[in-house]
Amino acid sequence: MSSLVEPSRSGGFRGALLSEWTKFRTVRGWMIGVVLAALMVVLFTFLQANGMHTGYCTTPNPSSCVTGHQYVPTGPAGDAVADTYELVAKRLTGDGTITARITSLAGRIWAGPANEAPSLSDTRPGLTSWAKAGLLITPSTKQGSSYAAVMATGSHGVRLQYDYTHDRAGLPGSISSTAPRWLRLTRTGDTITGSDSSDGTNWRRIDSAHLARLPTTVYVGLFATSPTTSEGSATQAMASFDHIAIDSVANGAGQAAPGAWHATSIGTGPQDYYTRLGNGSYRQARDSIVVTGSGDIAPAVASAGGDTASDSLLFGLVVALIVLIVIGTMFITSEYRRSLIRTTFAATPDRGRVLAAKAVVIGGVAFAVGAVAAAVAIPLGEHVMSANGNYIFPADSLTVARVIVGSGALVALTAVAVLGIGTILRRSAGAILVGVVVFVLPTFTGPGIIGPTSSGGAAMWLYRVTPAAGFSMLGLLPRSGLVSYPYTMANGYYPLPPWAGLLVLGAYAAAALFAARVVLRRRDA
Amino acid sequence: MSDALRAEWTKLRTIAGTWWLMVGAVAVTVAASAGIAASTHVSPGGSGGASGAGQDPTKLSLIGVDLGQAVVAVLAVLAVTEEYGAGMIRVTLAAIPRRGVMLGAKAVNIAGLALVTGAPAVAGCLIAGRLLLPEAGLGPAHGYALLSIAHGPTLRAAFGSVLYLGLIALLSLGIGTVFRDPAVSAGIVLGLLYLPPLLAQLLSGPWRRHIQQIAPMTAGLAIQATRNIRSLPISPWAGLGVLAAWAAGMLLVGLAVLKARDA
Repeated sequence: MSSLVEPSRSGGFRGALLSEWTKFRTVRGWMIGVVLAALMVVLFTFLQANGMHTGYCTTPNPSSCVTGHQYVPTGPAGDAVADTYELVAKRLTGDGTITARITSLAGRIWAGPANEAPSLSDTRPGLTSWAKAGLLITPSTKQGSSYAAVMATGSHGVRLQYDYTHDRAGLPGSISSTAPRWLRLTRTGDTITGSDSSDGTNWRRIDSAHLARLPTTVYVGLFATSPTTSEGSATQAMASFDHIAIDSVANGAGQAAPGAWHATSIGTGPQDYYTRLGNGSYRQARDSIVVTGSGDIAPAVASAGGDTASDSLLFGLVVALIVLIVIGTMFITSEYRRSLIRTTFAATPDRGRVLAAKAVVIGGVAFAVGAVAAAVAIPLGEHVMSANGNYIFPADSLTVARVIVGSGALVALTAVAVLGIGTILRRSAGAILVGVVVFVLPTFTGPGIIGPTSSGGAAMWLYRVTPAAGFSMLGLLPRSGLVSYPYTMANGYYPLPPWAGLLVLGAYAAAALFAARVVLRRRDA
Repeated sequence: MSDALRAEWTKLRTIAGTWWLMVGAVAVTVAASAGIAASTHVSPGGSGGASGAGQDPTKLSLIGVDLGQAVVAVLAVLAVTEEYGAGMIRVTLAAIPRRGVMLGAKAVNIAGLALVTGAPAVAGCLIAGRLLLPEAGLGPAHGYALLSIAHGPTLRAAFGSVLYLGLIALLSLGIGTVFRDPAVSAGIVLGLLYLPPLLAQLLSGPWRRHIQQIAPMTAGLAIQATRNIRSLPISPWAGLGVLAAWAAGMLLVGLAVLKARDA
């Protein structure tokens, strides 16, 4: 009966697994090492977080400096956002429509030294690509409020954007007196529809935004804002509107909403983090309104100056990595050293199975170390950093879970790879040398040893092609296509997406394990 | 003592890995330096990225020592831990019962090997730097002199880097003697060398400076600096002195442990 063979085969791997686990857990030094590694992750996370302090100054005068972080608004989805702009609005009750023609969009860019507070005294003309001006509907002028806006931009054409992260393209091209754009927002219940037109007669619907729990009375009006350039210079945008009409359904079709225009500078307090150029303003002449503003309505990126929940985790994880490299190596080389390997192969003649069982045991242990340590260290580090006045970018629980799993996988894959290297070399010191040089050194040659002297490109490549790519799993800094910002290593961004980075590390581990299996089968024990 | 020296020398030179590790150390050091020099692009006076101001071509060309020291450290760790693995240490101590003489002989041999490895490695780094750095924007065309050991600070950096490798070998020998196991010793040596610089990067203020002053690698490598010496956390020779203190301290602990315990 073939079924007699089947259980013994599966029992074979289970048996090998059990014996490898027994070998591992009965070496007291390894168990102590594993527990110490986890404790060191937590300890170093605490120490690193404890050393991170934030302060800021509201004026060049040092006496205005305070500890703590500047204000970063939180958007309707709980994300960090920039919400700094000039709004010229009326109140609209019930459904209605706002229409306007935008005839010009021009800007200025701060041209003074980067370390000085930007002012209008030293500027050059220029319009940044995500400078925005157009029509906006919002229930509140509080920062981080829900909104929908149809706008002309510096070089991204007409856009319909809402709630900071949603974006849909309308007519392309930039604004001039010969190529003006007509913009329209229509409110129907909770739905805001944005339309655009190049002549005021042929309208095209761009998209609709659904704003949850929109109150009956909202602000509708004109806005202008202009974000910092990708080099970090503050900018200002100036937009001219005419043919402005607000039609309220409640007052009867075609009836303009009553009341005067009211200008509000949103997010312009001294504690707001966004770097502005000059103050927003508006000027009304007969049928036209000119609005000037500086800031952005978009997701916040690293320029908001915050930390992430994983920022204090890095060093502790590297320490754990070195401990697990030592243990992962010894897990195989000590068998060669004491000739136990012959007994092992006598008990389990299938050498691939022995290697697989060892990989599962050391990988499982290492994963537990990394994941458990990260699960404890992340909230601890976050708490300490917050207490020190640092702003922590909000991260949802799914993303934090990714970092925890990633920390475990990072340590596990490294331990498995080093097990393979130890199997090939059979000598512990050599395997540890290779393990540390290949799996640990690239991690901090980037920002650390060679960082200050080499160009940023080299560090970027280290985190793409070496095992350091696995650290991409710790990346939590927000990035957005709606913000032109250099998402580079120097600014704290990993060049690879999290899972792609882990895949690179996984490829190294798989290659080492595969080579080990080939070598193990070919040679004598 | 001369018998002990010769005995240790015979063992060291006949261990299969020694020559390979020495060749490897030179190759890795020169290759790392050449690779970094070739991938560096300094924009003259440009803002952002690596700007021309304040670059130290000598230090940059010797950066391979950061990597090569790992091989030298492992070489030194193996010189003592291999004996424990094979049980050879009992024979050695039967032949040379005085622990101090035995460890001293090992130290002289391993330090000598490290210096012999370090000299061609450092020379190779400087030649690579001399050839490649002008391409990277750190040549005479950009106001930087060609690397030459006729330049006092460069000579000090080169000579000091070779000494640095010798001291790293002694530090590693001490740690190997204390911990006896090659894996544990190599892990501790490499951790002691590479972790403090990373920790210093992550900290700010006085802590960062203190770590750079007392950690063996950051202190010892101050010997490579030829520019902005005033702004260094520790002066070049004082830094090498810190590393020497580490090496002497670990050797003494090794000796104490060797005397106190059974082989």
